Amino acid sequence: MDTLTTAVPPEMKISLGPLHLANPVMTASGTFGYGAEFSNLVDLQRLGALVVKGISLEPRPGNPPPRVVETACGMLNAIGLENVGLDRFIHQKMPFLRTCGSRIIVNILGDSIDEYAILAEKLTLVTGVDGLEVNISCPNVKKGGVAFGTVPEMAAAVTRAVKNATDLPVIIKLSPNVTDIAAMAKAVDESGADAVSLINTLIGMAIDIHSQKPKLANIIGGLSGPAIKPVALRMVWQVARTVSIPVVGIGGIGTAEDAIEFLLAGASAVQIGTANFYNPAAAEQILTGIEAYLSRQGASSIHDIIGSLRTTI
Amino acid sequence: MREYQENSVVQAIDRLSDSFHRLTLFAPRIAAAARPGQFVMASCGTTLDPLLRRPFSIHQAFADGALELLVKVIGRGTSYLSTLRPGAELSLIGPLGRGFHLTTHGPVTLVGGGIGIAPLLFLASHLPTDSKISTCTVLLGSRTNTDLLVLTEEFKQLGCQVRTATDDGSLGHHGFVSELLPAALPGAHMVFTCGPHAMMTTVARLCLDAGIRCEASLEAHMACGLGACLGCTIHGAGNTYRHVCKHGPVFDATEVAWTP
Ligand SMILES: Cc1cc2nc3c(=O)[nH]c(=O)nc-3n(C[C@H](O)[C@H](O)[C@H](O)COP(=O)(O)OP(=O)(O)OC[C@H]3O[C@@H](n4cnc5c(N)ncnc54)[C@H](O)[C@@H]3O)c2cc1C
Ligand SMILES: Cc1cc2nc3c(=O)[nH]c(=O)nc-3n(C[C@H](O)[C@H](O)[C@H](O)COP(=O)(O)O)c2cc1C
Ligand code: FES
Repeated sequence: MDTLTTAVPPEMKISLGPLHLANPVMTASGTFGYGAEFSNLVDLQRLGALVVKGISLEPRPGNPPPRVVETACGMLNAIGLENVGLDRFIHQKMPFLRTCGSRIIVNILGDSIDEYAILAEKLTLVTGVDGLEVNISCPNVKKGGVAFGTVPEMAAAVTRAVKNATDLPVIIKLSPNVTDIAAMAKAVDESGADAVSLINTLIGMAIDIHSQKPKLANIIGGLSGPAIKPVALRMVWQVARTVSIPVVGIGGIGTAEDAIEFLLAGASAVQIGTANFYNPAAAEQILTGIEAYLSRQGASSIHDIIGSLRTTI
Repeated sequence: MREYQENSVVQAIDRLSDSFHRLTLFAPRIAAAARPGQFVMASCGTTLDPLLRRPFSIHQAFADGALELLVKVIGRGTSYLSTLRPGAELSLIGPLGRGFHLTTHGPVTLVGGGIGIAPLLFLASHLPTDSKISTCTVLLGSRTNTDLLVLTEEFKQLGCQVRTATDDGSLGHHGFVSELLPAALPGAHMVFTCGPHAMMTTVARLCLDAGIRCEASLEAHMACGLGACLGCTIHGAGNTYRHVCKHGPVFDATEVAWTP
């Protein structure tokens, strides 16, 4: 019946500043490997964008095991930013990514402002890279290990350094482990970021009461999955009404309904993270579900619902 | 080699003992692609809690599309599986990981402890027939005799010689199954093992000392099973990290750092 009344499929294209995507559904960094891991299970061409596992200048071995533990409606991870490093990423991972038919966003991380800038500069020269997402939830080694993403001035400095080093679209990925997320977003907006994405994982921990030991070797880790969705949604809403740049919503999204909540709260796009693990079809199902919702609402475009939250009862 | 996401249908569920349940699933694409030692990720529930899929070794795979899992109930996910009834759906991703490498034509010894026996039946049924007759020795260990009665018969039907060990002495050797290995080692070209880490450590050390190739199927907590989350790490030889779902679950004993 529905198909008879909606002859024209809704417009799904969105823009994150200069970065134009065919639809708003992306996969989140660290939950989708380098794309190839899911290529037999997911039609990668349907993704609005694929965000790869965070890349540092040099390879990183990551943390000792155990690195993951399940919690109520979620999971904790302390992967320790294990990654193949920039050179191997370019030579071993980019050839597949270039051919997969999706927009490629490279997530970068560093322990100094220089490292972020060098990564940005080098990735600008790599064909097939459509944008950068900057993970600022990392400790600044030169500033005693305080995370870049927890001090507005440091987040602003990383943003400026990356923007000066590249002409690729730059998304700054915010850490939720702060007192005032809107202040962080404002700082990176004013420093020239093309978009912000949030949230990264919330720091948490779990204890095995039989051994009386932490369940993660790293003791603490990042909480993700459906358990964090309400917090993520609140933060996206706060940020969307503060900044002028587009916002990408992340955190516990597993269904089209979840994604639509983020769009209504003001996100222009969403990233699917932990859901890829328990349901590799999640991103595709969410895309289909958003289209169906728009049709049911009689909306002709995704833009009709972005930020259209009604706050008056 | 590729993996599939498949909604399998439960055909039968058999309670082999107090702790072991055997699930027979109809999963034709995974069954057709499966190799001994590979595993599946199974959705152990229909809600968001528990959230993650659980890894299970492929216990048997048949040409008619039947895929068997041997499940030991230890928590919520496995207890959910034990309550499934014929006709129920179970979402699987598989076959995953690197399995056993059947390179030898000589006699082999399989050492299984507890639920670690699960992948060894599939392996035994795929050994080249020339090396199987009376040259496949299977050492099985568990807490008590009931766990082993059905499985022992099935290995025997495949032409394997079976020796057993139980913690309570109710069947075979009273003690650890690894204590049966020294007598079985002479003449073995290769040893395959799966079970508790301490047992596999003993088995691997005995084999390495005797210069016999040994492959072990390891466990780690997993979020994806696909090589994407990088969560399923173990300590590899030479101060490296290895990922159980991608580099394993079956590792050559020389690839693993056996000291804890
Ligand atoms: C490659 C591989 C093959 C396996 N094959 C089998 C098999 O054939 N039969 C069988 O019964 N079991 C097998 N296991 C162990 C099985 O995955 C766990 O028993 C199961 O995940 C426990 O889930 P639960 O919810 O019942 O327990 P809970 O303790 O409630 O689980 C909590 C969390 O810990 C994880 N977890 C707990 N124990 C283990 C474990 N030993 N290994 C990995 N993750 C664990 C769970 O997946 C879950 O994320 C295998 C594990 C691996 C890694
Ligand atoms: C196993 C794992 C690894 C992750 N690795 C990264 C990473 O390398 N860089 C990054 O910016 N975020 C990383 N994240 C955070 C996710 O991209 C996402 O922000 C977070 O998990 C919240 O979304 P979710 O609840 O949908 O998973 C990781 C998350 C998980 C679960
Ligand atoms: S379980 Fe995710 S990488 Fe192995």
